[in-house]
Amino acid sequence: MDMKSIYLLIPLAPLFGALIAGLFGWLIGRRAAHCVTIAGVAVSFGLSAYVLQYLLAGGESFNGTVYTWLTVNGVDLNVGFLVDNLTAMMMCVVTFVSLMVHLYTIGYMHEDPGYQRFFSYISLFTFSMLMLVMSNNFVQLFFGWEAVGLVSYLLIGFWFKRPTATFANLKAFLVNRVGDFGFLLGIGLVLAHFGSLDYAEVFAKAPELQNATISILPGTTWSLMTVTCILLFIGAMGKSAQFPLHVWLPDSMEGPTPISALIHAATMVTAGIFMVSRMSPLFEMSETALNFVLVIGAITALFMGFLGIIQNDIKRVVAYSTLSQLGYMTVALGASAYSVAVFHLMTHAFFKALLFLAAGSVIMGMHHDQDIRNMGGLRKYMKITWITSLLGSLALIGTPFLSGFYSKDSIILAVQASTLPGAGFAYFAVVAGVFVTAFYSFRMYFLVFHGKEQWMQKDHHHAHDADAHDEDEHHHGLGPNDKPHESPWVVTLPLVLLAIPSVLIGAWAMTPMLVGDFFKDVIFVNHDLHGAMAAVGEHAEDWYHMGMHAFVTLPFWLAVAGVASAYFFYMVKPEIPAALDRFFTSIGVKKLLEEKYYMDHLYINGFAAGGRALGTVLWKVGDTLLIDGLVVNGTAKLVGLFSNLTRRIQSGYIYHYAFAMILGALLLLTIWLGGLLQVQ
Amino acid sequence: MTGNLLSLAIWMPILAGLIVLATGSDKNAPAARWLALFGALASFLVTIPLYTGFDLLHGGMQFEEMKPWIQSLNINYHLGVDGLSMFFVILNSFTTLMVVLAGWQVIEKRVAQYMAAFLIMSGLINGAFVALDAILFYVFFEAMLIPMYLIIGVWGGPNRVYASVKFFLYTLMGSLLTLVAFIYLYYQSGGSFEIADYHRLPLGMAAQTLLLVAFFFAFAVKVPMWPVHTWLPDAHVEAPTGGSMVLAAITLKLGAYGFLRFALPIAPDASREYAWVFVALSLVAVVYIGMVALVQTDMKKLVAYSSISHMGFVSLGFFMFGGVNGNELNAWAVEGALVQMISHGFVSAAMFFCIGVMYDRVHSRKIADYGGVANKMPIFAAFMMLFAMANSGLPATSGFAGEFMVILGAVQVNFWYAFAAATTLIFGAAYTLWMYKRVIFGDVGNDNVAELKDVNTREFLVLAILAIAVLGMGLFPKPFTDVMHQSVNDLIWHVSQSKLH
Repeated sequence: MDMKSIYLLIPLAPLFGALIAGLFGWLIGRRAAHCVTIAGVAVSFGLSAYVLQYLLAGGESFNGTVYTWLTVNGVDLNVGFLVDNLTAMMMCVVTFVSLMVHLYTIGYMHEDPGYQRFFSYISLFTFSMLMLVMSNNFVQLFFGWEAVGLVSYLLIGFWFKRPTATFANLKAFLVNRVGDFGFLLGIGLVLAHFGSLDYAEVFAKAPELQNATISILPGTTWSLMTVTCILLFIGAMGKSAQFPLHVWLPDSMEGPTPISALIHAATMVTAGIFMVSRMSPLFEMSETALNFVLVIGAITALFMGFLGIIQNDIKRVVAYSTLSQLGYMTVALGASAYSVAVFHLMTHAFFKALLFLAAGSVIMGMHHDQDIRNMGGLRKYMKITWITSLLGSLALIGTPFLSGFYSKDSIILAVQASTLPGAGFAYFAVVAGVFVTAFYSFRMYFLVFHGKEQWMQKDHHHAHDADAHDEDEHHHGLGPNDKPHESPWVVTLPLVLLAIPSVLIGAWAMTPMLVGDFFKDVIFVNHDLHGAMAAVGEHAEDWYHMGMHAFVTLPFWLAVAGVASAYFFYMVKPEIPAALDRFFTSIGVKKLLEEKYYMDHLYINGFAAGGRALGTVLWKVGDTLLIDGLVVNGTAKLVGLFSNLTRRIQSGYIYHYAFAMILGALLLLTIWLGGLLQVQ
Repeated sequence: MTGNLLSLAIWMPILAGLIVLATGSDKNAPAARWLALFGALASFLVTIPLYTGFDLLHGGMQFEEMKPWIQSLNINYHLGVDGLSMFFVILNSFTTLMVVLAGWQVIEKRVAQYMAAFLIMSGLINGAFVALDAILFYVFFEAMLIPMYLIIGVWGGPNRVYASVKFFLYTLMGSLLTLVAFIYLYYQSGGSFEIADYHRLPLGMAAQTLLLVAFFFAFAVKVPMWPVHTWLPDAHVEAPTGGSMVLAAITLKLGAYGFLRFALPIAPDASREYAWVFVALSLVAVVYIGMVALVQTDMKKLVAYSSISHMGFVSLGFFMFGGVNGNELNAWAVEGALVQMISHGFVSAAMFFCIGVMYDRVHSRKIADYGGVANKMPIFAAFMMLFAMANSGLPATSGFAGEFMVILGAVQVNFWYAFAAATTLIFGAAYTLWMYKRVIFGDVGNDNVAELKDVNTREFLVLAILAIAVLGMGLFPKPFTDVMHQSVNDLIWHVSQSKLH
């Protein structure tokens, strides 16, 4: 098989599985549906691994067209693939996590009536995500971009009977569309000024347009690169849930847990990070755009972390953690450390998928109770889930030698070396974020796996109201005589398989990805202006020295402090968080955090309600009153009035006509006589 | 045979309609249905060679037919298609076939008359798209109103009389001015009703402006452009499902086609001068109507408003003057608008059909009367999801291609045009998916929904054919745009030339 067929087969195999499970799931049954989709994704993963190995062994990267979508004015818009090291790495991450999630789903969705539909959706997602990362042009990128959004929409609303789920999926779609609005305009500017939507052609032309300006507002000139990059980045802000377009991600937890792991942690939400890395030849041309990226990322990294501290729903803690980590990646992009961002994307994909799937396992063990205040002491009952969760959490907070350490420390190093105006704030945000991350991660860890077995108590907290609506679908919480139980092997096997890279991949991949030439020819950095990557290279000599060096750095001790305070607060002295809670409530901070900085209020009561109010006014006043009432029916009435008048003239009485005739004759006579008199 | 394909496209459905009409009373309803189906299918099949035999490299008219009609006035039966009009003949014949299937069991009274009205209308619409003689065009353009008037007035909803009269008068008023315009052009051109002669005719600015105004009233009402759009929601709400499908899929396109065939090439200087008016009205349609659609409580009205908003992209695309001297139409925008016209034919027909499927069961168009339809009609819900996504302009559906091209063209001309137009990404998704959420998602809303049965074979067939069309065009629009290139390039060149000197 030649390479082109392999590249075609990689996305088509999951598509085939999705079509079979989706269209014929009713016919072939559950077992066949999961077999065919898993087989599709497994083929895809196997081939992706082969492609990565082929490229690492010095194989040629591929850039070619599959077919021409349409042609206008001599410009071809194509469907085509670009397979280089960045693509191959993304393909492996996507298909591996997807495969794990497919396996896990067999256990997690075991009782669900929509079993085949679910498998179809997650395979369709895998296809869409692969099309996104494998694209060699902006059009297909946008196709994949929107397609993953569609599947995300379908999966968040998978339990479509729940009002909260259908609210969340609409919200997710619309907020993403706000991002896509910017993205599309950015693509439009690219076509208008570069004359092509093909990556290679656009990137080749970027240097000569570096100083090009456009006049968007009359009398002003803005750098073309800055405007284009910021518009493209707005797309990334939607998809990768950056402040202020982050609001959809926490609500997306309404979807089943496997997709939270696959879509809303490991793959889809990182599409924005991937996209900006891919566009590095453009972003490198604009300091302003990079600074914008840096600041947005820093805000997201720190402020979303704070929200993680007050969450009680196990999935929402992980969701806010994801937001914060996406902020870290964005910060790295802003600092021109694209390789570091992609490196963190990869390590995060493994440990965050692990944490989500472990959370799902806990939820199953707790009989669909998601409130961490009702848990405790689960380590005795769920050994594999416990160990893997601990490994995932340690990786997340940046424990030396674990994967998250290498990527997160590199981000901090990169920001430190950045000279952009926002770098000072960003550095503070990512360093402070280390403490926050460690604190909320281990608050959750201790409350779930250690301490008192809260589920023995009668009065349960309800952090997750949605479940109350469909108790026919899921029994909710543990009964009086129930004990939590470990999940079946199809659930725990993916946990173990994800734990391995969560621990090891950082040390293994750091040399080629951070200091080596893995991303050579793929990611472009203007080293004269942006020294961040060079600084990372200096510090990150090899896995051993970098790990040993960590023990004398600030981030390490901040992480230790975070874990220690979480332990002290929640295991030793639970009255302290209670007192702090009262304190923060009294000064209003708690409310601010609970209301998520009032962003939802702004969108729902401001934009959405405002749009509807304006729509009503335009409809009732513009259409109904003015156009229809005044002009259209007004004209009709005027005609009616006029005809009514003329109708009266035609009375049919001979003496009316005779009278009119005489009147007319007199009038004519007068005019004629008047004329005669004037002449004389 | 190839010599009179266009005549066949016009007269075959009309003849079929007359035969169906001859079956008479509802005693023979099954015969009327089958005859109508056969007639519609045959009429569709005869339009296929228009595509397969189309010469992509030839910009002018193809499949021409020319016979004298009223010799004393030099009026000819002159037919022909080019890359601008060819697809609409096929689309129209295709839609008629869908309409016959859509009304199969649903229409129980005056079946023969119902089917005949659609078949005859189909022939008349084809006539309007292929006529190359101004009077011939005008006859078809006006004659088409009669069957539609009857369809709304006889098989429509409770307020059908108001709606049908409003529809008839609104559109008639507009087109009367076109007749005046044609008569003026007849004298100016020294006694010709050939549209091609008008294209070549030098005209002063004042004359061009007046002609543009006349054409505006005829075609803007039909499109419909804001603010002459208010007949459309009423007509759609009252029309039977088939009527709405044809109205949205085809007759609106005739208005847009008019701009392309008459307004732009006959009055190019005035079109350039006043392009900003068309652009402004189109953008108002996209934004204003988008917001109005958001607050509709009646599904048909919502989709009707969404049609107006989508047609705003078409009129926007046709008046995107750019280029070095600002006198060249933008090819992306024009072709995008044409693609949008075809796509909207599929998507709006599908949306109205979906609403019809639910209406046949529950007899309500109110969003509030539904909820949780997916529980009872999963197959239907899946199809409607696809069409709702196409209506929201999702890539890989036909709804995306046209909007995308128009936006790409608009950015080249003026960033803010594109900015305003791209808001449809948000509004379109908001009104369509919010409706979908309230109607399809959720728990079973009421007893009516609880008793719903999923689609039957006939409905499945219509939905599946439309789904293939929507996806096919979304995944591979190249065959559509390839047909347009030559004619669009010719048009762009023609419109860029001044007629003043």
